[in-house]
Amino acid sequence: MNFDYHALLPEIILASTVMLVLVTDLLPVKKYWAAVVGIIGTSAALVPLLTLTFCDSLDFCEATGARSMFSGTYVVDSFSLVLKGLFLVVALVVLLMSIGYLEGGRFWQGEYYFLLLASVLGAVVMASSRDFISMFVGLELVTGPTFLMAGWRKGDDRSNEAALKYFIIGVISAAILLFGISLVYGVTGQLRFADVAAAIAVRGESPLLTIGVIFTILGFAFKVSAAPFHFWTPDTYEGAPTPVTAYLAVGSKAAGFVGLLTVAYVAFGSTRGLWAGLIWVLAATSMTLGNVVALKQTNIVRMLGYSSIAQGGFMLVPFGALAGADVTPDMLQKAFFATVTYVLIYAAMNLGAFATIIAISNRIKSGEIRALAGLGVYAPGLAGLLAIFFFSLAGIPPVAGWFAKLAMFNSAIGSGSGWGLALAIIAALNAVVAFAYYGKIVKSAWFDAVPDDVSDAMKADTKVAPSLMLALGITFVGTIAFGVFPSLVTGLSEFASSLSSGL
Amino acid sequence: MGWFESGWGISLIVFLPLVGAVVVLAVPKAQEELQKAVALVFALVTFGLSIVLAIQFDYGASEKIQFGTSREWISAIGSNYTVGVDGISLPLIVLSTFITVLAIVYSWDHWPEPHNPKMFLMLILVLATGMVGTFVALDLILFFVFFEVVLLPMYFMIGIWGDRTEIRIPVIGKVTEMRLYASIKFFLFTLFGSAFMLLGFIALYFRSGPAGDRTFDMVELAARSDLFTGSFAFWVFAALALGFAVKVPIFPFHTWLPDAHTAAPTVGSVLLAAVLLKLGTYAFIRISIPILPQEALNWAPAIGILAVIGIIYASLACLAQTDMKRLIAFSSVGHMGFVMLGIATMTSIGLNAAIIGMVAHGVITGLMFFIAGSMSHRYHTREMSRLGGNQKLMPIMGAMLGLSAMASLGLPGLAGFWGEFMALLAAFTPNAALNAGLFRTLMVIGAVGTVLTAGYLLWMMQKVNFGEPRESWDGVDLHDVDKFEMMAWVPLIVSIIAIGVYPRIVTGATNGAVVELIKNAFGG
Repeated sequence: MNFDYHALLPEIILASTVMLVLVTDLLPVKKYWAAVVGIIGTSAALVPLLTLTFCDSLDFCEATGARSMFSGTYVVDSFSLVLKGLFLVVALVVLLMSIGYLEGGRFWQGEYYFLLLASVLGAVVMASSRDFISMFVGLELVTGPTFLMAGWRKGDDRSNEAALKYFIIGVISAAILLFGISLVYGVTGQLRFADVAAAIAVRGESPLLTIGVIFTILGFAFKVSAAPFHFWTPDTYEGAPTPVTAYLAVGSKAAGFVGLLTVAYVAFGSTRGLWAGLIWVLAATSMTLGNVVALKQTNIVRMLGYSSIAQGGFMLVPFGALAGADVTPDMLQKAFFATVTYVLIYAAMNLGAFATIIAISNRIKSGEIRALAGLGVYAPGLAGLLAIFFFSLAGIPPVAGWFAKLAMFNSAIGSGSGWGLALAIIAALNAVVAFAYYGKIVKSAWFDAVPDDVSDAMKADTKVAPSLMLALGITFVGTIAFGVFPSLVTGLSEFASSLSSGL
Repeated sequence: MGWFESGWGISLIVFLPLVGAVVVLAVPKAQEELQKAVALVFALVTFGLSIVLAIQFDYGASEKIQFGTSREWISAIGSNYTVGVDGISLPLIVLSTFITVLAIVYSWDHWPEPHNPKMFLMLILVLATGMVGTFVALDLILFFVFFEVVLLPMYFMIGIWGDRTEIRIPVIGKVTEMRLYASIKFFLFTLFGSAFMLLGFIALYFRSGPAGDRTFDMVELAARSDLFTGSFAFWVFAALALGFAVKVPIFPFHTWLPDAHTAAPTVGSVLLAAVLLKLGTYAFIRISIPILPQEALNWAPAIGILAVIGIIYASLACLAQTDMKRLIAFSSVGHMGFVMLGIATMTSIGLNAAIIGMVAHGVITGLMFFIAGSMSHRYHTREMSRLGGNQKLMPIMGAMLGLSAMASLGLPGLAGFWGEFMALLAAFTPNAALNAGLFRTLMVIGAVGTVLTAGYLLWMMQKVNFGEPRESWDGVDLHDVDKFEMMAWVPLIVSIIAIGVYPRIVTGATNGAVVELIKNAFGG
């Protein structure tokens, strides 16, 4: 048992922070100190990620490439470094968004931050997991706390409904995932991804294995809320407190993608024929259904729920496009690159959209799209941010979203298969449909006249909590910079595309 | 001026307006005069730089990419910041920066409701960056980005400052304001086209060579045009043409245009007509023909037929209009039909005709939209039946309208003549690979179209300018052209006459480039 403390430092710092947050809550200080401790701890956990990344050029550090631990079940490679960095930054932004939100209402605070960071710890663990057990434990650590957080507005029926629905679906999907894993284990006798892949290569495919693979993939499909396994998403998103929704839509979803990618890429790499077609269908239905239903929504957060289903579909496109293709390792890598690029950009722009909505609903006290009317007149700054993030989600240059879509199209067409092309065309049509509802938000905020019931107090109230301002700043800079200089994000996602199997 | 030639000059012309927009953003909202001054200064400097560009340009080698540069941009997908100017893009760049200045000058004292000059000026400047960027981009992805950037400011211009008349949306039947309907329609149509255009660009990339040697560079792709053959080329051409055709617009993708032009505020209509429509036709010349020459020939008859249908259809539609601005909007469809007819002939005369037609349409229709906007501002109506007798009420404006209508119908000696005349001339002897009989038929129908064009423009003149003013205008304050209008319009009138009398202003730059383009694409 080798124990690489340097490699595990982010997890160690984060786990300690989780405990410290709980202790802080007991101290006789203002409640938001728990968040401050969380922010400091999360930022501190980013430091070892940097030293691990730049290990080669540091004197005290021995360059080892991918660091494999616990008999190859836990790997710190460039992929996991980038994704861990993403999860920690997401956690930071969500913490910043939460402070004002929780202070403004009657909420338990210390416990909230504890649960949030525990969930992030799960995501960080998932990025390094290279066997089914640690992957599953990580995934449950991600989701468990979020069941509670979704119901954080205890007095609100919809929040309770959100939590309950999410809990039930979460448990079912865990069961499905475990069922799939147990079948795979039963057929191959292995749990480590690399061993599973080797065993499949030796034994070939069998009906039982097929069922196992399909159930495993579907288990993750619930987590990334791919249609037709999405129906919990809109209700949960609408009912949960908005910062929690932001975390679910970005952090938890990204964790699901990490699981899906590593399992599909490492463990089931050779059974592409089984899952690529499945993901093709998931991608096409998610995009289409998410977009079409989003058109009809009147609540902003609910609309973002459907939008996140559709965006999840776009993220699946690169892998779905491998269906029917003559896949080379290079193409798999390209698909990987495209999805990671999409996830990174999506995180920046979607968190930005949520942060803007929190800032706006503080002001207008409503979550309806209609209530945004006239925002461009009395709050041009917020309305401008709103336009930037929603145009980014719609994929209009020069804000970041366009490059995510371009990378996605690039890998879909690059697969060279008819199925890939068909999926690219479906995605292109969906990108057009999506503008109809993203544009509706912008239209409401900028084109509609100020309604009479907007009070002068509301117009004059330009206050945005400093922590929220910081969250807006981070996401704004990310969204603009990634859009104008996509090399910033491709540098990360190219670095992340080399995934080590752990052996 | 070494720095100017090494790509910095062009980059400055592209991005200076964007910097201007940021500076305007920094000016406090209350200081409107300062905002206007800043915007005007940035627009003027940009225009000045584009004039420097035109002076420094080597007209003897107009087929060569000049002032160009190529910097690494997104190496992961092989896209670079590659820009440059040749004889085809030069006139359009100057046109764009020129119209931007005039738009700001005109705006000085003509703010559409709801006011907010700060944002309006910022949008004009962002638009300028998008327009010029599209004309200088020589990388497909860079081109795509600028092509799309143009959408945003125009979406806001139409949506915020547009026409508030209530209309019933066709098919759906919902009642909404004109501006809301027109803005989203404009955006969705263009986005639909450009989504497929992007797929086409990516497909070209993957076919452009073995892994490691692929490129988005337009010049390089044109040199490798032999690689794109068969059904691949057919579908890629179709995808690109869809994106460009919506933007031009070619019949039957034109339906967004009358709505957008009519709903847009005056300056928005001017910029749309004068520059934005040219992005599509320019892309046909810059991308489709050089990179997919064989398919261009295969598709040319279809494009030619659609172009001529557009000419006739637009003329008939004009005769059915009662709204002056909508009439001018439909006339744009017809004029772009002549431009596309010129392109469809695949000859150097045809392409020269297309570019001079584009520039001429830019200055003429720009002027017409300015005048229509000012008139509806004064009369508070655009119904031609109520406007009669304008010539007596506002003699100078009436004369200017008359001049622009004459130019628009193609009177020799004014700018509009050359584009129509040369397009028809080129249709008489199209590219040797094309069916001459078909194109001569198209030429005859197009010639009928010129008669119809003259017909509806004269009809408009008759309704608007001639006759006795209605009594309802008695006592209404109808002042003639004011000084800002004068400053914005006189340069347009001067250029209409200048191009009309001396078309070499445009063809002097384009001819060399066009001849070379045709030679490279079709040999001989």
